[in-house]
Amino acid sequence: MARLTAEDLIKLKEKVKNENALSKDGYTVKITVHLGTCGIAAGGDVVYEALKEEIEESKRDDIKVVISGCAGMCSSEPNVTIGRIGEDAVIYRDLDAEKMRKIFQGHVLGGEILNDYAMARIKEPV
Amino acid sequence: MSENNSKAEEKTEEIAEEKVEEKEQEKQKEEKVIPYLEDVPFFGFQKLIVLKNKGIDPELIDEYIAQDGYQAAAKALLEMTQEEIIAEMKTSGLRGRGGAGFPTGLKWEFANKSEGDIKYVLCNADEGDPGAFMDRSVLEADPHAILEGMIIAAKAVGAHQGYIYCRAEYPLAIKRLNIAISQATEYGLLGNDIFGSGFDFHLEIYQGAGAFVCGEETALMHSIEGKRGMPRPRPPFPAHQGLWKKPTVLNNVETYANVPQIILNGGKWYAGIGTETSKGTKVFALTGTVKNIGLVEVPMGTTLRTIIFDIGGGVPKKKKFKAVQLGGPSGGCISEAFIDTPVDYESIAKVGAIMGSGGMIVMDNQTCMVDMARFFMDFVQDESCGKCTPCREGTRRMLQILEKITRGEGESGDIETLEELSEVIKDAALCGLGQTGPNPVLSTLQYFRDEYEAHIFEKRCPAKRCPALLEFEVDEEKCIKCGICFKQCPTEAITWEKKQPAHIDKEKCIKCMTCITNCPSDAIF
Ligand SMILES: Cc1cc2nc3c(=O)[nH]c(=O)nc-3n(C[C@H](O)[C@H](O)[C@H](O)COP(=O)(O)O)c2cc1C
Ligand code: SF4
Ligand code: SF4
Repeated sequence: MARLTAEDLIKLKEKVKNENALSKDGYTVKITVHLGTCGIAAGGDVVYEALKEEIEESKRDDIKVVISGCAGMCSSEPNVTIGRIGEDAVIYRDLDAEKMRKIFQGHVLGGEILNDYAMARIKEPV
Repeated sequence: MSENNSKAEEKTEEIAEEKVEEKEQEKQKEEKVIPYLEDVPFFGFQKLIVLKNKGIDPELIDEYIAQDGYQAAAKALLEMTQEEIIAEMKTSGLRGRGGAGFPTGLKWEFANKSEGDIKYVLCNADEGDPGAFMDRSVLEADPHAILEGMIIAAKAVGAHQGYIYCRAEYPLAIKRLNIAISQATEYGLLGNDIFGSGFDFHLEIYQGAGAFVCGEETALMHSIEGKRGMPRPRPPFPAHQGLWKKPTVLNNVETYANVPQIILNGGKWYAGIGTETSKGTKVFALTGTVKNIGLVEVPMGTTLRTIIFDIGGGVPKKKKFKAVQLGGPSGGCISEAFIDTPVDYESIAKVGAIMGSGGMIVMDNQTCMVDMARFFMDFVQDESCGKCTPCREGTRRMLQILEKITRGEGESGDIETLEELSEVIKDAALCGLGQTGPNPVLSTLQYFRDEYEAHIFEKRCPAKRCPALLEFEVDEEKCIKCGICFKQCPTEAITWEKKQPAHIDKEKCIKCMTCITNCPSDAIF
C-alpha cells in the first residue's frame, strides 16, 4: 500500500464504491454479520461460524461475507443482513446457528425471505 | 355463439376469479411483509451522524474511505488554517459528549493559544459508567472516525502526538483500533507528512485498568504518565498544563466522531440540528425495563418520551414506567411527570439529572428508589480514589446510612443527614467523582422522598425490593391461586394446590425475591 494523496483518496473511494456494488467481482449476495461485543455475547460468533459452514457446503463463490459493528438494537441480536443483487436487503433478528442455516437455504439460496425471523428491509443495496 | 365458445368463456371467468383470489392471498401475504427500516420506530426516529457508519466493516480502511472517510482530514490539513478549523468547530456548537458539555471549539482554542512546542491530543475511551456502552460501540463499529477526528484536532492545536486511553476491558475495541491505526499508518494518514501537507501526527493506544476515576481528565493523564490514576486540583487546566505538563486537549470518543462530519459539511450544517444551546445529536445507551435495548442516536431536543416509548417501545406488558436514570453515578433520575423533557444539557439539568455521557436506564414500578440510590452510592464509594476526605469518608457514611435504611433500621434524621452530607461532598470534593456522587441520592429524594419515609417510618418498601422489609407471606385475598410462585421457588418453600392459595414456609424461604417478582397479582408482601 502506498501513501495516499488527497486525489488518491477520492479515486480510492470511487474504486471501492464501484467494487462494492454487487455484480462487480462477480458477487451476487452480500451478507453482513453484525459483530460488536454485544452481538458476540448474544451468540453472533456461533451464527457466523454456521454461516461460513453453509457457504462452504454450498460451493458458491459469489457470496461475500463482511463483519460490522453493532446494528443498534442490542436486544434483537444476533443480527445478520442479507442483500441479494437487485433486491431489498433484509435484516434478521434473534438468530442462532439453526435459524442462520434455514435463512441461508431459504433466502440466500432460495430467494424466499423468512418472515418469521426478519426485522426490517433496507431499501438501498448495502 | 357456439357451445365451445361459451364454455371457454366460463373457463376464462373461472381462471380470472382464481387469479383474483390468488392476488388477494398475495396481498395478505404482502401485508405481513416486513417493514422498511425507517418505518420501524426504533430506527425511524433516529438521526445518525455518529453512528452513520455502523454497517461498514470496521477492519477495512477502504470501507471507511468509501464513506468519504479521511476527506475531512485532507480538507483540514491541506485547505484550512488552525483558526479556520477552530472557527468551524465553534460555529457548529458541538459540546463535549463525555459528560460536562464543554464547548469543543473553545477547548481547542485554549490549547491552540497555549504556549509550547510540544502539545498532545488525547481521546477519553475509559467509559466507566455502569450501563454505558456508547463509546465501545462507536470504537468497534467505526474506529477510523475517531482517528480522523483526532488528526483534525491535532492540526487545530498544533499537536503531533496523540493517545487513545481505552479500558483494557474493551478487547474488541482495542483490537479494531490497533488494526485501524496500522492501516492508516500504511496509507500515510498517520505518521509524518500526512497528505504531503508537512503535518505529522502519531497515535498510540494506552490501555487503562478500568478505574472509574481514571475517566477524570487529570487522573487519566497521570495514568498515561505511569503514575497512580488520581486527580489533581485544577487550575492549571489541561489546555495549559496537561499530559507531562504540556498543553493538552482531551475529548470523548463521541465528541471526536462528530468532528469529521462538521469539517466536511460545515459548522452551520451541524448547528442546524438540535436546540438553541445543544447542537447536533446525542447517542444514548438505552437499557433497563424497556422493550428495545440498544444504541439510540437522536437530535438534541428529542423528548425522553420519544426515546423511551417510541424508540424503546415502552416498558414490557404488565409493568409500569416509574422513572428514568440519566448520567449513571453522577446523574439523577427523572420521574414520569417530567417525561416530556427534551434532551439538552440545560433542560435535563433543570429537572435534576445530567446529560452525562449517555447512559439511560429505564425503571419500572418494581424498582426501589432507595435501593437504586444505594447501588450507585456503593459504586461511587468503591471507585473513590481516596485522595480527598469529603469523598473518601463522606460517600462511605452516606452508603452506611442508605444500607441502614434498606435494612429497615432507618431512623428519623437520616434523610437530613444524607442531605447535609451531600451538600458538603459536592462542595468540598476534589474532582467530579465526589462532586457529583451524591446526585443519585439527591434526585431520588427530590422525586421519591415518600419512599425513603416509608422505609424509615413505616418499615415498608413500597416497591417490594428490600427483603429485610418484606414478610414473605401470601395475602390470601389477593392470591389468584395460579401456582406460579410454587413452581418457581428454588427452595421448595412454597406449598400450593389447585384452587388453593399459596403458602410460604418462612423456615425454608431464602428471600430470593423470585416469588414476589413473578406473582401476577402482587399478592406476596
Ligand atoms: C469521575 C469521572 C469520570 C469520567 N469518566 C469519563 C469517561 O469515561 N469518558 C469521558 O469521555 N469522560 C469522562 N469524564 C469527563 C472527563 O473528565 C472530561 O471532561 C471529558 O473526557 C472531556 O471530553 P469532552 O469535552 O469531549 O466531553 C469523567 C469525569 C469524571 C469526574
Ligand atoms: S473526589 Fe473522590 S475520586 Fe475525586 S479526588 Fe477526591 S477522593 Fe479521589
Ligand atoms: S404467584 Fe401470587 S397469585 Fe399465584 S399462587 Fe403465588 S401468591 Fe398466589
